[in-house]
Amino acid sequence: MGHTITEKIFIDHAVGTKNIVPGDFVMAKIDFCLGNDITAPIAIQEFKRLGVKKVFNQKRIALIPDHFLPAKDMRSANQAMELKKFAQEYGIVNYFELGRMGVEHALLPERGLIIPGDLVVGADSHTCTHGALGAFTTGVGSTDLAYAMAFGECWFKVPETIKVIFTGKPRKWVSGKDLVLHLIGDLGVSGAMYKALEFHGDTLDNLSMDDRFTICNMAIEAGAKNGIIPADKITESYVKQAFKKYKSPRKNYKIYKADKDAKYCDVREYNVSKLEPVVSAPHLPSNAKPVSEFKDVRVNQVVIGSCTNGRISDLKQAAAILKNKKVHANTRLVVIPATQAIYKECVKEGYAETFVKAGAVFCTPSCGPCLGGHMGILHEGEVAVATTNRNFVGRMGHPKSFIYLANPAVAAASAVKGKISHPSDL
Amino acid sequence: MKFEGKAFKFGDDVNTDEIIPARYLNSSNPAELAEHCMEDADANFVKKIKKGDMIIGGDNFGCGSSREHAPIAIKASGLSCVIAKSFARIFYRNAINIGLPIFTCPEAAKVIKDGDTVVVDVDKGVISISGHKETYQSEIFPGFIREIMKKGGLIEYSAKGKK
Ligand code: SF4
Repeated sequence: MGHTITEKIFIDHAVGTKNIVPGDFVMAKIDFCLGNDITAPIAIQEFKRLGVKKVFNQKRIALIPDHFLPAKDMRSANQAMELKKFAQEYGIVNYFELGRMGVEHALLPERGLIIPGDLVVGADSHTCTHGALGAFTTGVGSTDLAYAMAFGECWFKVPETIKVIFTGKPRKWVSGKDLVLHLIGDLGVSGAMYKALEFHGDTLDNLSMDDRFTICNMAIEAGAKNGIIPADKITESYVKQAFKKYKSPRKNYKIYKADKDAKYCDVREYNVSKLEPVVSAPHLPSNAKPVSEFKDVRVNQVVIGSCTNGRISDLKQAAAILKNKKVHANTRLVVIPATQAIYKECVKEGYAETFVKAGAVFCTPSCGPCLGGHMGILHEGEVAVATTNRNFVGRMGHPKSFIYLANPAVAAASAVKGKISHPSDL
Repeated sequence: MKFEGKAFKFGDDVNTDEIIPARYLNSSNPAELAEHCMEDADANFVKKIKKGDMIIGGDNFGCGSSREHAPIAIKASGLSCVIAKSFARIFYRNAINIGLPIFTCPEAAKVIKDGDTVVVDVDKGVISISGHKETYQSEIFPGFIREIMKKGGLIEYSAKGKK
């Protein structure tokens, strides 16, 4: 019987077995693991309880203080310090200091630290983002991370795979974000629970890595364990560039293709050539509708950033819309590049100036308001349009605030108009 | 072992932002997290519960972020367990890894009403509601998971298993 990509990666990583079928519980070797300033402090506590003297590999662990940094308060500062101390004590190379930091799921691929064929766990639910590289990557908890840091292994239930096929050429202003919101709208927030989403179709041939990361980023919002896109030329040229730029020690990537007779538990096909930009209304990412259905939704704040849509092509698109325009008088616009490299490129390309001239704030890389941390918390009754991935109750602040999820172009257009708008309305 | 407590019922898709909002995640102290357990789903929740009480969830309980703070907050608040129609996968593994008892049982999760007194036979996974004749069998965990649960969590399991 043939195998899906996820199954093949498990076959090559499972400890003590080569016979893998979905539903099996296995221990598997991991190639890389990561944690952040919220999840790693608990992982460090648990790691110490294990009583081991060393981490499994000093180069294959990343500790990234991206959530509450720049420290929003003393306790957040302390959490980041715990990461740094642990990294120093155990010789962990990949600790990223403020000013060289970025949101983990944008930063690690940018640095060439996660590569095609990897099996990766991260104590962060959006670790599924990295599946865009043709790797199996999934979110786990802090105790799992502790175990992974110590032994280089993690327990898994091998998932069944849903095949998702996107066909057709997307229209202008339609991006990876719209494809994935549309998919979640169809599957629902638990439609892919415990399963792998494997993406195929000719639409992908023309999608940049940035768009692919956005798609895999939101796999979890359909309940999926991971999202995975077969690595191709676009993937290879992306990782090679990253290797060169950052001298990554990880060069031996492996490209997996699904077998022709692989078994999928479901196949979903979407022709996206007629798709409009999609907006997900409060309070679930699955409340996805075409942007044109949102009439007169006044917006207090727009956030452009996060591990979903804070990459350079996202900000380029937002800047193109905001050029020589002003943010609406009743609206605030917060722009947060996902990493320092993206931040620098925004400065170099003039996007930063465009944002600031338009009346936006242009912030240092951080998760910021995405999870209601800082840099733009919502008050009771406020409405936000965000390029982030979750519009749950209270996610960005007050439990009675409202978040609409959208792509960067819709977000930028909505900031100018002060209400949810299609970019071509400008 | 048996758990007996009052049922606090919630709907589908309860997410970890509701179980423990991010504004409290600058701490990983269990007692402190417990003070805010379920705060954005029910602001008065912690005032209502007593030791041994239970959360009854719908489908996809614990969806959203990977924060282990969520099962930690529930465990530290003195609740005995969570019964749900289904659990989101990271919450599921976190609960197992930290030793918070969870039971997947769609029938019981449907029938149990807010305020019911519920009894769970932990070893057998059998759930009953006081005043009802019927009992409900929750899903049996695979052997591997049972091992972790028996030891009280992943760290305890590995401390013994690995050496
Ligand atoms: S940007 Fe938002 S979703 Fe992404 S890692 Fe940070 S908090 Fe999580």
